[in-house]
Amino acid sequence: MALLQISEPGQTPNPHQRRIAVGIDLGTTHSLVASVRHGVAECLPDAQGRVILPSIVRYLEGGGRQIGFEAQAASAHDPENTIASVKRFMGRSVNDVIGREKLPYRFVDHPGMLGLRTVQGEKSPVEVSADILATLRYRAEDTFNDDLYGAVITVPAYFDDAQRQATKDAAKLAGLNVLRLINEPTAAAIAYGLDNASEGVYAIYDLGGGTFDISILRLTKGVFEVLATGGDSALGGDDYDRALADWIMAQAGVRAKTPQDKAIAIIAARACKEELSATHCAACHACIGGENVKFEVVSQQFEKLTAELTQRTMRAVRKTLRDANLDKNDVKGVVMVGGSTRMPQIQRAVADFFGRMPLTNLNPDEVVALGAAIQANQLAGNNAGGDLLLLDVIPLSLGIETMGGLVERIVPRNETIPTAKAQDFTTYKDGQTALALHVVQGERDLVADCRSLARFELRGIPPMAAGAARIRVTFTVDADGLLSASAREQLSGVEARIDVKPSYGLGDEQIANMLQDSFTKADVDMKARALVEARVDAERMALATQSALDADGDLLADLDRAGIDRLMVAVHVASLLEDPARIEAATQALAKGTEAFAAMRMNRGIQKALAGKNIATV
Amino acid sequence: MNLQSNDFELFGLTPQFAQDRAAIDARWKDLQREAHPDKFAAQGAAAQRVAMQWSVRINEAYQRLKDPLKRAAYLCELHGAAVNAENNTAMPPEFLMQQMDWREALDDARSLADLDDLGLQVKMAMRDGLSKCEQFMDHQLDYLQAAQQVRALMFVERFERDVQARLDQIDTMERGQ
Repeated sequence: MALLQISEPGQTPNPHQRRIAVGIDLGTTHSLVASVRHGVAECLPDAQGRVILPSIVRYLEGGGRQIGFEAQAASAHDPENTIASVKRFMGRSVNDVIGREKLPYRFVDHPGMLGLRTVQGEKSPVEVSADILATLRYRAEDTFNDDLYGAVITVPAYFDDAQRQATKDAAKLAGLNVLRLINEPTAAAIAYGLDNASEGVYAIYDLGGGTFDISILRLTKGVFEVLATGGDSALGGDDYDRALADWIMAQAGVRAKTPQDKAIAIIAARACKEELSATHCAACHACIGGENVKFEVVSQQFEKLTAELTQRTMRAVRKTLRDANLDKNDVKGVVMVGGSTRMPQIQRAVADFFGRMPLTNLNPDEVVALGAAIQANQLAGNNAGGDLLLLDVIPLSLGIETMGGLVERIVPRNETIPTAKAQDFTTYKDGQTALALHVVQGERDLVADCRSLARFELRGIPPMAAGAARIRVTFTVDADGLLSASAREQLSGVEARIDVKPSYGLGDEQIANMLQDSFTKADVDMKARALVEARVDAERMALATQSALDADGDLLADLDRAGIDRLMVAVHVASLLEDPARIEAATQALAKGTEAFAAMRMNRGIQKALAGKNIATV
Repeated sequence: MNLQSNDFELFGLTPQFAQDRAAIDARWKDLQREAHPDKFAAQGAAAQRVAMQWSVRINEAYQRLKDPLKRAAYLCELHGAAVNAENNTAMPPEFLMQQMDWREALDDARSLADLDDLGLQVKMAMRDGLSKCEQFMDHQLDYLQAAQQVRALMFVERFERDVQARLDQIDTMERGQ
């Protein structure tokens, strides 16, 4: 086993060591992993040279899984155990899934997130997604023959808090260190903008397999500022497939009786759709419900029966432009993202509206992963001089329930993150000592029309007359777009807080258990893994501290400097031990011991910016 | 310079109503370049927390400074003339009459063209009101008058939002399901 190199205080063991960081596009129909190598972002291929991994997981009887192309090949004959488009189920309950009766799966209803019954028992969408992510993680680790430092995972801009949290949980479950969740259109803009050195306002039209996003961004000198975002997290290429499948079956006078029939019809429709992107007429062959269906689809027919879907995307485009307070003529370019934008009717609708041809010079399947890789490289600190900065927004308003089932909005949509907003509330009954808070997300005025994110209680309010208590509710949305909420009675100081998570995500303990269950490769001892992870964390922390000391050590008084040096030595010494708990404790102590130093460094940075000595321009 | 500095101090701006929006935008980006949590992603949890606090504070100030009405209300507050919109809804009669006319026009609006016209009127009213704010604050230093003006403009702003909502609704209906 390799020992950590110990260096004298003031010396970095290996200051130019590159950290392996990847960007992952966890898509509805397929997923990709990309990384910056030799200064260029590229998608990493599997052993067969394919960069795309179909987002499909098949659970086999008696254990074992097939992931990707193997699973895809089995989807027609084992549809119930072959989970495709799982992204649609992330952070969703059974009732949220539109068109579920047409899907071959056996859903299990839960108050938070639905489950899927397979031959291996019930699987949460988070676990299925983790299987896909872990496959990509292994691919990256094999490519670099090294452990990953971290990953940037992309999510649709229009994903709500529950969907984002579920995605982050899946990444953790796959053993990934999540550097950041970023929005898919923003990632595409990075890949596109950096490639073309663009400036000005751009619209990113992203129609994926299961989600539609429209984002309006302003690009200025490496800053990607999202002005507004909109879309539909349940509208995508899959809907085009289903519309066509329904139509084909209606024309042929057949009905899908079994899950296999449903799967076959959809697969046939998809093949038909893809052919229609290149030609005007496609042949459709399939055996549905014991009958051979065989006839031709003309592109006009397909366009007509999906016109409403296309119109829905264009409505969202118009609304998002209004939200950004911009006219379509302000838009300098339109970038197309997602495989579904290959459909000619989509390109035509976008071109007609903006009066200009959309930009398609980057592969719409790869552009999101490439952008994520560029951001991951920067976040990992591999590109110290880089001046890329993302200023993204929250896609949906956040609020709490007030009397009469109404929503009081606390954070409005399209506000730049990270953000914190507070609002004061009061009690409505004399002597009331507790307050139930219900956190919701959405644009509607009634709680019933919004998504319920979490409930928590503030207890121990001293009895007062109605209206006398002053309860400040604070919502904090971090740079991943994830919410935490707190409430504080101002007079007594009673407090309660919640990371919005329990009602949709999985608990940390559940994740720890799953990690043990599913990702222990037979030959890897769990303990050894914990030790390696603790050492990697310790090294990461020590390196970060060292580079901070190198840059801004002069801020510290001798005594404080000596204290930090001692903690650094303690981390190095602990790393030599075989006890993960002690290594973690030393790492924690260093983290805590450098908190004040971190604050001083931030102040220096701000002062510099104010003095006009922006580091990026010096 | 610390987290308690007021918005103008934080952005290094003269505390007055008249501001150059482009300068505010540029300063915001400069500040976020220094403070955004992404700049500290590889530096541990402590740095992340501090960065988050600063970044949130900078965004908060930016939201207030870039929006003329919010900026006006904030300036009034800094000068001890709190706007207190929720407890102080007394408005001159002619203002209320105009609000009623607008509401009626909004109810009667059937097409995007009707709304465009109404939207333009509201935009003009907002612009006039804001230039009065500037007059009161930057020239006459009369923050009580300015606060009264801000209260009135808050109604105008709410109405502007209602026009937007109606626009979304008609857009959905006109283009059909």
